Formats: sequence, C-alpha cells, structure tokens
Amino acid sequence: MSEPIRFHYDVDGENFTSAGEASVAVKKKLRQLGYPPDVIRKVSIAMYEGEINMVIHANGGAADVEVHDDKIVIILADHGPGIPNVELAMQEGYSTARDNIRALGFGAGMGLPNMKKYTDDMKIDTEVGVGTTITMTVNL
Amino acid sequence: MKIAKIQELLKAEVLTGEECLEDDVFAACCSDMMSDVLAFVKDQGVLLTGLLNSQVIRTANMMDMVCIVIVRNKVPTEEMIELAKEHGLVLMRSPLRAYEASGVLYYAGLGREGADV
Repeated sequence: MSEPIRFHYDVDGENFTSAGEASVAVKKKLRQLGYPPDVIRKVSIAMYEGEINMVIHANGGAADVEVHDDKIVIILADHGPGIPNVELAMQEGYSTARDNIRALGFGAGMGLPNMKKYTDDMKIDTEVGVGTTITMTVNL
Repeated sequence: MKIAKIQELLKAEVLTGEECLEDDVFAACCSDMMSDVLAFVKDQGVLLTGLLNSQVIRTANMMDMVCIVIVRNKVPTEEMIELAKEHGLVLMRSPLRAYEASGVLYYAGLGREGADV
C-alpha cells in the first residue's frame, strides 16, 4: 500500500457562483492520474453535490480527497446548522432549501440521495448547531 | 446525431465550441433543476435548459456532457461563456421554448431507442 495522494480545498460559503470549483479541480486531477471516466464521474458528481450543499446550507467548509490504491475517499466537513433528521434528508425530493436556491437550479431534494447513489459508502456525522461531516468512498 | 444537426433543428446560435459541431451525441436531457440532471447518468450529451448561471456549465462538465442549449433565446452570462470555453463545451442559444426544443430533438430521433439519426 502506497501513501494516499491528498487534495485539500476550502469551500467559500459566500459565493454561489464559484461553488463547484473544488470538484472541477478534482475531476481534472483524476483525469491526469488516468482513472476511468466512470470512476471520475462518480467521484466528481458526489463531491459537487456535497460542495453545493455546503454553500447552500452551511456557509462553506473544507473538502478533502484521498486517493488510495483501492479507493477514493471524499471528506466534506462544515460548521453549519447540522441535519436534524438524516433519514428525512436522505429522501428523494425532500429539501429545506429556500426558493432563492431553487431559482438557482438546486434544492430539488436530490443532493444527498445522489451522493449516496454515486458512491459505494457514505457516512454522515452531524450534530445540530455544530456541523456536518460527510465521508464518501468510491471503490476502485 | 451531430451537434451541427441540433443547431440546425433548433435554429440555434453557437456561442462557444464551434470546432466541435461535427461531434456526435446520443441523448439529451431537459431541466432547470441541476440536481435532477445530476441524478441520471446516461451519457446524455446535450443539456437543454432555461437556467442561467455558472452551475449549468459545471453540471454539464460533471456529467461529461458536450453541448448546452439555452432555450427561449435567453442570453448566457459572460461567466457562463468563459467557463464553457474553458471546458471545451458547445454553448448555443435557441429561440425555441424548452418543450418545443425537446420535442423537435425527440421527434428527430435523439435519445429515442431504435431511431435512426
């Protein structure tokens, strides 16, 4: 087992326009590293949804990606409001996003379900008033 | 279907990616909700939308789509145009409404099983 390759990004919570830049950068890096397109797509879509969530709900946070020999791990950590009911939040179509976010094309209640769908494992650690850390794994 | 054919059918003006008009696409998706677009990976190729912000371009990029059609002749932002150039995407605008544009492409066989395009 070799040492994982790590990438770190700070996600700016103030700027919806730049949301997703970290995911674009990771996609580019994984392409350069020669991973298959379906793996790259899974990682980048899951991370992109997570990044958008951090901007919409949590005023930004930190995104870390670890590329191991057998898996890619994405860790998204924020100090936002936390998720009061994870089970509900995981339902397709459930969203707490406001109308102004819907006008931007998000808040359809597909973010977390999509993240789960495109990854092999997803763990949500959340505490109301403290923040949320989502760890997603895509097996290689 | 060639992107050039899409341009012709939708009477669209090409804003970026002129050099890719001879590329082939096999399916399309029409939505203003980007999370809905992100939910269906099917090598879509073309995104039709009336939404105007940089996330449209990023969503298409995440999905490995190659062409974005802005409907109802809306004018994309400068930022969208720059991002589309950066990602090598074809960005065009059509006077047709989303419903019409989708219908025209579907009728012409794009994304329809068994259709000869």
